[in-house]
Amino acid sequence: MSGYDVSLQLTSPTHGFTGKERVGLGLVGLGVLSLVAAFFGAASVNPLAFSLVSFGLLGVGAWVYFQRYRERPAGIDNDGLVFSSSTARGALGWVLGVVLTGGYILLYWWPETIAGLIQLANPIVAWIGYGEDVYSKRWVFYGMVYTFAVVVMGIRMLYKYRHNRYQILRTISVVFFQLGFGFILPYLLVMFNKPEFYFHYFWPLKYDYLWPSGVNWLSNSAAIGVFMVFWGGVMTVIATPILTYFYGKRWYCSWVCGCGGLAETAGDPFRHLSDKSLNAWKIERWMIYSVLVFVVVTTGMLWVNSATQGAVLGGLSQKFAQWYGFGIGLVFAGVVGVGFYPIMGSRVWCRFGCPMAAILGIQQKFFSRFRITTNGGQCISCGNCSTYCEMGIDVRWYAQRGQNIVRASCVGCGVCSAVCPRGVLKLENGSRTARYNGPVLIHEDRVSVQTDASWQMGRGTAPSVLEDIPILTDNS
Amino acid sequence: MSKHVVIIGNGVAGVTAARFIRKLSDFRITIISEESAHFFSRPALMYLFMGHMTWKDVKPYEDGFWEKNRIDLVHDRVEKIDTQAKKLHFRQQQPLSYDVLILATGAQSRFIGWEGEQLEGVQGMVSLEDLNQLEQQAAHIKRAVVIGGGLIGIELAEMLHTRQIPVTFLVREASFFDIVLPPEESEIVNDAIRAHHIDLRLQTETDVILGSDTVEGVRTNTGEEIPCDFVGITIGVTPNINLVKDSPIETNRGVLVDALLQTNVPDVYAIGDCNEFREDGIGHRRVDLLWYTAREHGKAVAKTICGHPTRYDRGVFFNSAKFFNVEWQTYGQVPAKLPDGVATLVWQDKTVPRLIRMNYNKADHIVLGFNTLNIRLRHDVCEQWLLEERPLDYVLKHLRAANFDPEFFRSYEEALLYQFNQQNPERPVQLKPRPSLLQRLFS
Repeated sequence: MSGYDVSLQLTSPTHGFTGKERVGLGLVGLGVLSLVAAFFGAASVNPLAFSLVSFGLLGVGAWVYFQRYRERPAGIDNDGLVFSSSTARGALGWVLGVVLTGGYILLYWWPETIAGLIQLANPIVAWIGYGEDVYSKRWVFYGMVYTFAVVVMGIRMLYKYRHNRYQILRTISVVFFQLGFGFILPYLLVMFNKPEFYFHYFWPLKYDYLWPSGVNWLSNSAAIGVFMVFWGGVMTVIATPILTYFYGKRWYCSWVCGCGGLAETAGDPFRHLSDKSLNAWKIERWMIYSVLVFVVVTTGMLWVNSATQGAVLGGLSQKFAQWYGFGIGLVFAGVVGVGFYPIMGSRVWCRFGCPMAAILGIQQKFFSRFRITTNGGQCISCGNCSTYCEMGIDVRWYAQRGQNIVRASCVGCGVCSAVCPRGVLKLENGSRTARYNGPVLIHEDRVSVQTDASWQMGRGTAPSVLEDIPILTDNS
Repeated sequence: MSKHVVIIGNGVAGVTAARFIRKLSDFRITIISEESAHFFSRPALMYLFMGHMTWKDVKPYEDGFWEKNRIDLVHDRVEKIDTQAKKLHFRQQQPLSYDVLILATGAQSRFIGWEGEQLEGVQGMVSLEDLNQLEQQAAHIKRAVVIGGGLIGIELAEMLHTRQIPVTFLVREASFFDIVLPPEESEIVNDAIRAHHIDLRLQTETDVILGSDTVEGVRTNTGEEIPCDFVGITIGVTPNINLVKDSPIETNRGVLVDALLQTNVPDVYAIGDCNEFREDGIGHRRVDLLWYTAREHGKAVAKTICGHPTRYDRGVFFNSAKFFNVEWQTYGQVPAKLPDGVATLVWQDKTVPRLIRMNYNKADHIVLGFNTLNIRLRHDVCEQWLLEERPLDYVLKHLRAANFDPEFFRSYEEALLYQFNQQNPERPVQLKPRPSLLQRLFS
């Protein structure tokens, strides 16, 4: 098959690995190599230089690689996603899953084994005056890596969805909150000998902020600590329901939250891996509300215990707290939540575990103006919406029936609407009347009929209105 | 013993019919398909090839859905319909009796009889089988030619493009899809095609497909020979009536039906792409090969079969498609060529491919239809305006109510109104003010 002229205007330079993409991946490779060297202790000589070089190579390499999105026409570009080893649970995906999961395990329980890497945080630790031991400074290292991932993959998001202003603003928002509220501000506070406080995390996601231990720790730090306790309480009890009423849980889950921030940036290439089955939905409901009960009971017990000075519950509430912290706070939210990105999608924690998402979800389902509107009859049941729903919602199920989508788990990322090839879905806040079935155009019970009573046919006269046909079963 | 309804074809028409019959009755329901064991979204086939979705993702219902709803599925080929004995004969399994038969056999690729059409490497793109055939060759295709500038042709070009296969796209018309799209729209799509490095050849027809066993090229009417090892023929689809050709069921282009979707044989109906109406109905063509109309056929026939005779009526026309990265929506009547007595208002964004058009009567200014590219309009609002025969100034004034773009998208209403007022200083229109934040929060 030789002799084909593929050099006309039509050659397709946009896919596969172009020279620039190779350069980008090469730089990323060097960055990884630099991290490996750091792991073996190479960074001890000059942690600052090593840190700059490692993250610089990774960041610049990724940026060069992401130019691939900019060089193609703007628009939805998921070409080859379900063929790729890294994004379709192939060998690369599993390797990545093991590395992420294992990395969390080492960081949480055996940080001394990765002390070489953790040294990369030394410059910041020294600057802000953080604990010098590996157990303390690992958290600074973790914050660095986490924020770096959100920023770099946020840039990828901005390129990939540059035609979509909702995605652009949302991405800027999550990057801003992670960088500012999840990294810079807490460490600035530490620098000025104030409590390391995350203003964008609230109980029950950041459970200890409303546990006696956390409240005591904060209120021991004079006025600002008292303000922080007050802030956390107000956000949990007052601001959260109000904002969720007006905008749905998305104001938090996909615009502010740090877990959501990572999922919406670093997790974007894996969003289609979430399980859409009815079974998964059932498991989701059992799990997430169990965690919610767990944290509420634990919090209640801790306060009873604190009020009665341990007279009633003895050490039991502490046991609950420890198990919650270990099982939910570390294993579920961290190890599983992020480690399983390449296997179960980017929102495993948010979907199956997060008690904050559970509360916001209940508010969203029953006390909110938010919904995803389905646009009349334009749906072609293609399934892009369901496939790219990171929360595993079968969006198509509703869209093809002409129903609006009102689901507790929806975090309002807006990607279903973005990937829809027929303009069927729109995230909206609006009147709560007819929230579920707003524009009924192809609604299940409607069939276009002509109001022509004179129409004769074999069996008599066709009725003109058929809205009152009894529906025997409604399980389809 | 309850009635046994048998549906041949598990596309959107057949499946919609089955679902609504189940809602309305306790009839025994069987769906037969040779193509696939379960219903899948045909328009989504392209996303399988492009790697956006897996096979599981393009099935709108989980596999357990059918049993749960007591809908039997048969994955076999019907060889013969015995309308006398009301019995179907299969290739593999035992014959099946029916009380009511619904033909929903869909459409098939249209071939025109070019020399070389039968060569290996020449195919259409309609069925799962077509897709599998393409997939098997895809890795070896060095260069492809797609013949036919319609909805399927442009999709096939995009599919091949995502596999780094250079595509030459032969379009007979002077501009892409200009039998349906007005010139401005068509031009924007031409640009999108070229921006994706497709070798778009307008006003180019195929003369002959070259090759001995396998395809080696295409010679166009200009005498140019384009070497290639794959040819996609996408000059249209036609009702699939192979099964009923030798039966008493009357056909023309499609299976002939009346407004109740009944064929000439009692208890036999035909719905979806395979049918053809005996008479012109209100607002629909005799052969109407669309996803949406197939779905409406399914609903109407279900009601008729369940004892509520229902005439099919397409209602206010609507459609949509996506041409590479350009979304198209249309409501009402916006023909490619402006009819006499009809005026058009069209606005295009200067920086991004974005367009909105409204056609209206010159005499009374009643709006007849909308066309948009990369602008999403609310179906229900547009339909209501068209049914109520709203004049242009009313529609323009309230245009924001029809905006279905995602939040934070740049609005176009002001620019459109500005342009309209420039062109029509004698009858300026003011856009209804946007509700205040408070109004929006508590509406």
